[in-house]
Amino acid sequence: MIDMNPSTNSKAPAELGQSFGKTSGSKFDRKARLRWSNQLFRMICIGSALFVCLVLLCILVLMLRTGVLTFSNVSLTEFFFSTNWDPENEHYGALTFILGTLALTSLTMLISIPISVIIAVFLAEMTPKWLRNLLRPVLDLLVGIPSVVYGFLGLTLLIPWLRNLSGHDLADGLLAASIVLTIMVLPTISRISDDAISAVPNKYRDAAYALGANRFQTVFRVVLPAARSGIMYAVILGMARAIGETMAVVMVIGNTAQLPNSLFTPTAVLTSNIVMQISSVEFDSTWNYGLYMMGFILLAISLLMIVAVRILQKKGGRYS
Amino acid sequence: MQPFIEMNKLNLYYGEFHALKDVSVQIPERAITAFIGPSGCGKSTLLRTLNRMNDRIPGARVEGRVAIGGIDIYSGEVHVESLRKKIGMVFQQPNPFPKSIYDNVAFGPKQHGIRGKKKLDELVEQSLRSAVLWDEVKDDLRRPALSLSGGQQQRLCIARALAVEPDILLMDEATSALDPISTFKIEELTHELKDRYTIVMVTHNMQQAARVSQQTVFFLNGEVIEHDATRQLFANPVDSRTQDYISGRFG
Ligand SMILES: Nc1ncnc2c1ncn2[C@@H]1O[C@H](COP(=O)(O)OP(=O)(O)O)[C@@H](O)[C@H]1O
Ligand SMILES: [Mg+2]
Repeated sequence: MIDMNPSTNSKAPAELGQSFGKTSGSKFDRKARLRWSNQLFRMICIGSALFVCLVLLCILVLMLRTGVLTFSNVSLTEFFFSTNWDPENEHYGALTFILGTLALTSLTMLISIPISVIIAVFLAEMTPKWLRNLLRPVLDLLVGIPSVVYGFLGLTLLIPWLRNLSGHDLADGLLAASIVLTIMVLPTISRISDDAISAVPNKYRDAAYALGANRFQTVFRVVLPAARSGIMYAVILGMARAIGETMAVVMVIGNTAQLPNSLFTPTAVLTSNIVMQISSVEFDSTWNYGLYMMGFILLAISLLMIVAVRILQKKGGRYS
Repeated sequence: MQPFIEMNKLNLYYGEFHALKDVSVQIPERAITAFIGPSGCGKSTLLRTLNRMNDRIPGARVEGRVAIGGIDIYSGEVHVESLRKKIGMVFQQPNPFPKSIYDNVAFGPKQHGIRGKKKLDELVEQSLRSAVLWDEVKDDLRRPALSLSGGQQQRLCIARALAVEPDILLMDEATSALDPISTFKIEELTHELKDRYTIVMVTHNMQQAARVSQQTVFFLNGEVIEHDATRQLFANPVDSRTQDYISGRFG
């Protein structure tokens, strides 16, 4: 054992010995100090966790407190099960927006997950190094582009193209919005999945190839399953972004409070409706409360989806 | 004995680096051949030339001839996946997939088109029995493979390799990451397997080579220094470098 007690070599002339003596002190030994700093660190961790929960709770309460005021004038059934949103004439049915958000998010994920995973597989497993080194930073840049820009692209390029393709006079609607959202979340999902796939240890690939598996089998039956939790995480992030995205959606969805009968019919979702109306409503009107309630529903949907994905992941993740 | 694997003037380069130099070795069928030599002398490299795992390393280049059962495995007609199906490989670090025990063993057969639960169940059981792991895991084949101990994981990897019904088993220091008891179990296992498989094992543990192999090849800096029956090589090494190595003077 090395003697760490500075009092025994107090005669040591070296500065190191001196400073050692100062910081550790004679009574306050290393062990106690360690225990104390461990405790402190624990407290900080617990404290920040509690703080985060508190913030989340505050947000929920804040939205809900104003939101529930809706129901002093509107019945629950009307709000949740009617598609008639016409506040000027006292109709407050929010079902169109709720369904719209669910449909838009699902459609977006349906398109973007397969494409993103294929891009990620390409980046991580098949692309030559120089191309990978080019594409990764480009994708990272795309993540940071403001959503209005994507909205403009949708307006000027996508919508005219969809009009031609579908023959509708207005092509604004769920398809246009979900394509714009797909382009927005694609870089996020594919880059995080790419990192997850790249992090799969080579020993699994070696094992698969040594068994005579080909590249396709190795990637799809070994590498992707091993990267599953990382890909799930990427999907959650992408989905959270898609649910909450407002600007780009407002620009291409058509903003009409009607249940769409096709993917090319103008409609509205929770976010687009809130942002279109919130600045023109009176502060203590039912209309305003209704928009708050819709904000709360948005929050609830995104939290529920994230929890659902977590549960799915836990179930599937037994072997990882 | 009829040679089964024949290497003839085999050279391998990693870019500029000359890793295997004019290697000519003949390996007999249904016996254990051990490659010994100090770290970095090219044992793993040589093993990987036998199932063409070096194809995966960018910049690796092979010259010369490797024939298995008379067929040049580097000729254009050879289908790499079919070749690897005939040659199982066990790695230094146990590397079961993060899947269940069952799925690990069934993985190979499935990739080669074997379907049907009954057939797969049979193959899994038979392979696990061959790898002397069956009794330890038969109660719950759905358990994650990664919950097994290191020694069990390595035997699972052997079972997984056996499940595709290979002729040859390559073992690259398969026991070096394991404790003595697990090592002993795997040595016992190779002893049983050698009647059915041609086993090529790399080890830097000379006692292990002496214990389990029939043929030993001593390797140094990418060159074959000496190749003989194991007993002969350890008792009367011809080359002084072999003598130095097996008496523990270097390596
Ligand atoms: N992928 C590789 N690229 C370049 N050099 C390599 C590679 N793999 C091994 N080598 C080199 O080839 C030599 C032999 O390596 P290896 O076959 O792993 O030796 P051993 O298994 O006997 O320890 C070493 O000098 C090593 O540095
Ligand atoms: Mg090695």
